[in-house]
Amino acid sequence: MLTSRTFVKRTRAGAVVKVVREHYLRDDIACGAAACRLCTPAGSGSAPGLEARPSGPASSLCPGPHFLLPDTNLLLHQIDILEDPVIKNVIVLQTVLQEVRHRSAPVYKRIRDVIQNPEKHFYSFTNEHHRETYIEQKRGETSNDRNDRAIRVAVKWYNEHLKKTEDAEKIEVIFLTNDNTNKEKALEEGITAYTCEEYIKSLTANPELVDRLACVSDEGKEIEGGKIIFPEHIPLSKLQQGIKSGIYLQGTYRANRENYLEATVWVHGDAEENKEIIVQGLKHLNRAIHEDVVAVELLAKDEWVAPSSVVLQDDGQNEEDIENEEEKENILKTSVSKDMLRPTGRVVGIIKRNWRPYCGMLSKSQIKEARRHLFTPADRRIPRIRIETRQADTLEGQRIIVAIDGWPRNSRYPNGHFVKNLGSAGDKETETEVLLLEHDVPHQAFSQAVLSFLPKMPWSITEEDMKHREDLRHLTVCSVDPPGCTDIDDALHCREIGNGNLEVGVHIADVSHFIRPGNALDEESVKRGTTVYLCEKRIDMVPELLSSNLCSLRSNVDRLAFSCIWEMNHKAEILKTRFTKSIINSKVTLTLASPEVRFHMDSETHDPIDLQTKELKETNSMVEEFMLLANISVAQKIYDEFPEFALLRKHPAPPPSNYDILVKAAKSKNLEIKTDSAKALAESLDKAESPTFPYLNTLLRILTTRCMMQAVYFCSGMDNDFHHYGLASPIYTHFTSPIRRYADIIVHRLLAVAIGADSTYPELTDKHKLAEMCKNLNYRHKMAQYAQRASVAFHTQLFFKTKGVVNEDAYILFVRKNAIVVLIPKYGLEGTVFFEEKDKPTPKLEYNSEVPSLTVEDTIFHVFDKVKVNIMLDDSNIQHQKMRMVLVEPKVRQPKISKSFFLFIRSNMISQKKKSRFQTHVNIF
Amino acid sequence: MAGLELVSDAGFRADGRRPDELRKVRARLGVLARADGSAYLEQGNTKVLAAVYGPHEVRGSRSKAPPDRALLCCRCSSAPFAGGGERRRRPPQGGGDRRSGERALLLRGVLEGAVLGQLYPRSQIDVHVQVLQADGGELGASVSAAGLALQDAGVALRGPVVAGSAGLAEPPAGPPVALSDLSAAEEAAGGPRLVVATVAGSGQLALCQLSARLHQERLRPVLDAAQAACRGLHAVLDGVVRASDPLGDTRTLPWPQ
Repeated sequence: MLTSRTFVKRTRAGAVVKVVREHYLRDDIACGAAACRLCTPAGSGSAPGLEARPSGPASSLCPGPHFLLPDTNLLLHQIDILEDPVIKNVIVLQTVLQEVRHRSAPVYKRIRDVIQNPEKHFYSFTNEHHRETYIEQKRGETSNDRNDRAIRVAVKWYNEHLKKTEDAEKIEVIFLTNDNTNKEKALEEGITAYTCEEYIKSLTANPELVDRLACVSDEGKEIEGGKIIFPEHIPLSKLQQGIKSGIYLQGTYRANRENYLEATVWVHGDAEENKEIIVQGLKHLNRAIHEDVVAVELLAKDEWVAPSSVVLQDDGQNEEDIENEEEKENILKTSVSKDMLRPTGRVVGIIKRNWRPYCGMLSKSQIKEARRHLFTPADRRIPRIRIETRQADTLEGQRIIVAIDGWPRNSRYPNGHFVKNLGSAGDKETETEVLLLEHDVPHQAFSQAVLSFLPKMPWSITEEDMKHREDLRHLTVCSVDPPGCTDIDDALHCREIGNGNLEVGVHIADVSHFIRPGNALDEESVKRGTTVYLCEKRIDMVPELLSSNLCSLRSNVDRLAFSCIWEMNHKAEILKTRFTKSIINSKVTLTLASPEVRFHMDSETHDPIDLQTKELKETNSMVEEFMLLANISVAQKIYDEFPEFALLRKHPAPPPSNYDILVKAAKSKNLEIKTDSAKALAESLDKAESPTFPYLNTLLRILTTRCMMQAVYFCSGMDNDFHHYGLASPIYTHFTSPIRRYADIIVHRLLAVAIGADSTYPELTDKHKLAEMCKNLNYRHKMAQYAQRASVAFHTQLFFKTKGVVNEDAYILFVRKNAIVVLIPKYGLEGTVFFEEKDKPTPKLEYNSEVPSLTVEDTIFHVFDKVKVNIMLDDSNIQHQKMRMVLVEPKVRQPKISKSFFLFIRSNMISQKKKSRFQTHVNIF
Repeated sequence: MAGLELVSDAGFRADGRRPDELRKVRARLGVLARADGSAYLEQGNTKVLAAVYGPHEVRGSRSKAPPDRALLCCRCSSAPFAGGGERRRRPPQGGGDRRSGERALLLRGVLEGAVLGQLYPRSQIDVHVQVLQADGGELGASVSAAGLALQDAGVALRGPVVAGSAGLAEPPAGPPVALSDLSAAEEAAGGPRLVVATVAGSGQLALCQLSARLHQERLRPVLDAAQAACRGLHAVLDGVVRASDPLGDTRTLPWPQ
């Protein structure tokens, strides 16, 4: 069965090394066709193969039943089409799969998902190890040519093989390639071959697929004439040499949001200097796209520039106005002082493209009947993309997704193709979809595979469940939550025990009992990482049956819990801590709909935000304090037990310079803020009150939060610094919200192992996997926050759309060079007031970074100054609607409109329990 | 994502084997005329030569020799041209490198469990193993070759000694798979590697060496795969031993296939 053949020579890392690898050729590899009787199916449960009677779409070119066999480039470029449910029965050769793997990891992942999908009937044929389809590289043949030949040999073999098994109908294998020479050779050898375009266009029943064809910059596409705009990219091998010798620097390309002619490249590595390189001008940007990994060459020092603070947007419709571009580039080169100059470079080559499908809108071509249109992505950092479509009329005004195919040297814009239509812009559902996509929030409904791991209803607690569990049903346990909350994940109890001490218990929903490691439910939860709360919508991390029922600690039902129980004296000193899995029966679900809340409703017309943060404080802080205590106790326990694999949360202390702005701002109000330690900071913040200016303290706290760093999850074996700055705790973790955070589930599992209530599993004690998971969780949390903010912003816009212009009190939060950032307490809304406006003379601006203050003509603006602004919705650009704020002279007019706004936002939010409870802490903890 | 994909979705390893398949084994006894027993073993591209001298009188200081059983002296080495992972670690001149030293130590442990040493009191048995070409599984191949050479020399053994290795692949989709008989490329991928030596017939492990961490739940499948590798290897080597004529000139024998 085994035929051995040694074969490879390879060079690696400069030195030439002869590597000999074995290569076994086999005769037991199945062809994958269900009708084939010659091949024994390769083991049970193997990947689903090709259909016995291929039920592909009707094609006018090849009316008979057929399988498709694409080559590498076709698969790389046209993956969007291949993913379409219409396309079925495709043979993916191992040669092709390996080439794809080397060239594009995302496409590789996508094609693998397709192969796994039983409905698509894709089959991966291991041709390189098949005795009859393996070929050796000929002398003088490049490996590309060899692979092309291998593919053709495989097609030929398939055709002959299928002839032998012929039942009634002959199944043909059709070779798809966009490479002309390859196609010609194939036809010479008697293989039916088509280009992708030919084949897709022949699908008479599915004309809409044509739009999704990627336009690969082959022949026939050179409409722009030969005019070369961009310098050539240097090939990868030369780039790598150059990077090694230091001529080029490798870095991640980050386009500037405000100015499409400017970008920065973050250089990888530890080099202190030249960390960040500025790239300016179309030619120097050289077709790099946001997030690409690029190689840059530094320019001579006399060509260095300063980062421009000009806002430039690409609005050119015409391809030819290159002169115009040069004009714009000149705008950037305003004279600046020497010390402002930063290292400047130009992009010489692309090391790795990081393209993804982009959301955005079509800017229809002015020429009627035109098929080429420009697409404007929602993300300003992405250039416009030229796509070809026949349905421009239907796509106008819609949010669509487009993928980039390439960017030829003679084209001002990259070429792409249409992928998907999301719905009309401005529509609530479409916009939510867009912001979820743009923030990479997994939001599809849970799949059947995931749901199959849910407990069967009706669910009850069994004897088995009672093992390792303490029965705490006799305790009077209660939960405290805001009204309308369905996912109650914590409950408390407190009682006197005989010796004059108190027993206090925190009971957390035992989600890890339902989500077992490694199954589809677990994998889906870890992928989601966190529940995302939007206005109007909640994207759950776990299916609703768990989040709102079985795991929710509702009153008067038996629920499984994980308990942390302390013995304390009356001074609240902890004498003993213990953890146990338990079963509880909450006696009552207390909500915050107590007199406080009614009071809250009455007075909300005056100051809703202020109310939320102040009046709810006592009940909140009771729950909060105990949750923090439980988190700290658990963190200590799991770290003691697993010094290498504890999942903890840290909050790094910010560098002292971060506080400069806060100290300066406070100083201008004659207050002193001490920033030497978290404690000193908290104390000085408590003291910083001004009798004439009650809101000052809140402003100072908001400002303080902005100075701080992000808290992150980490694995204790991979880090030394555990300190949580915001809580002033030497160790901290998340234990108390397993329904909505995945980190808590891991912590539960660790703790369960630590107390012997559950068994361990391999991934739990692998610090590299844990560190990898932390990275994902941190990313998901960040994205969830951004999505949340974007959602609030969108709903604010909806509100102001109906309101028109609103005049409101505001406080200055920051002073910038040409603008001030203000906070409107009534709406909790933050915005920027620009002093420069289009088509208006720029006022005289003077910025003083020491105070800091900004002088406009003769008005001086300081941080914390009270101003009045007009708020309105700027919908001149449908894709980027935004709130615009304009300063008005202080006038003594006070319109009351906030009640309706508050109710509006309120009614749009569904039970965002934790979010509102810890409103002030969201950013820190 | 980068790096070697140990098992493809179609269920093949990088070199075309299925997870439970061994590499091609070829072996030959009595390759060295002057040694009392010798063997040459190929497992894929790993090629090992073993020679046994003795039992003979104890040489050197007699005080080392145990009075009641044979003294086993094992020496392992790697040919300068063997290649593989040992290339760079080699000290510039003479002496065995560290890995060879470790191999010798482990080999001695295995053989002491297998050789009926009490039959040869006050005598010494020398076992020399040289790796001619390294392509993964050098320790296992050294042990198996030494076992063959001892059989060739007619030294009394509890049973034939064979060793096999196994590792674990964790494909991004699907459950982890145990891989038998790792090649150098697979060893370099950094996963756990378990080497097991058995004395055939006794069912006991003479050696069980695990490199890299492995969760206890995963140990069983890997151990099973390694033992299966031992059994598979034993089946082939047993045929080789039975086919070789201890009295005749083995050099005229055809290569057993």
